[in-house]
Amino acid sequence: MATEETKKVAPSAGSNSGPQPVPYEGFVYLPLIAGWLVPGGGHFLLRKWGRGALLAASILGMFVLGLAMQGKVYANAHDILDLLGLAGDLGNGLPYVSSRMLSLGDVQVMVTTADYGTRFIVVAGLLNVIAAVDAHNLRTGRKS
Amino acid sequence: MGNPIFQPTHFAAVVLFALFASTVFGITMRETPRSMFRYGIYCFVFFLAAAIALSWLMYFIAQ
Repeated sequence: MATEETKKVAPSAGSNSGPQPVPYEGFVYLPLIAGWLVPGGGHFLLRKWGRGALLAASILGMFVLGLAMQGKVYANAHDILDLLGLAGDLGNGLPYVSSRMLSLGDVQVMVTTADYGTRFIVVAGLLNVIAAVDAHNLRTGRKS
Repeated sequence: MGNPIFQPTHFAAVVLFALFASTVFGITMRETPRSMFRYGIYCFVFFLAAAIALSWLMYFIAQ
């Protein structure tokens, strides 16, 4: 199925009129899932080493700084704002799971710095989702 | 529950936020390395300019 999709994109790529699919065959959604679980992982899978490294450094850097600021790691949702925060945190993939397992971060925001940290962790998750979707677009040939 | 390991000022937090976010925006929103770099710089400057402008606005509102 993946090979068929590559063939579909190939004719337009040959005429230099659009982006070419990355020369990678396998499960179409693997870069998307890998990119979500490991920041930059989708790009590494597609051999986009530079982009992957920059994305990993940015997203993990933001996540780690958020934890260092004692940011809150959402574990459950009591209201709609908590739900949005939890959704953002889940975007971090394995780093979120690791932080929950190691009880990193804070459960309650006590200082101003922790409030910045909470936002850093949520936004890192949202940026990771953008990066994972970008890896998927590279895989399908929608982007070069 | 202890003190945070890293305690940036508000402006330092904004600069770090802008740096990381604009790096991801640059890579994901553009296709060529040159346009990625340019868009990243554009986003970074825009983030900082917006933060400074809104800070002054809030300062005058608070007066």
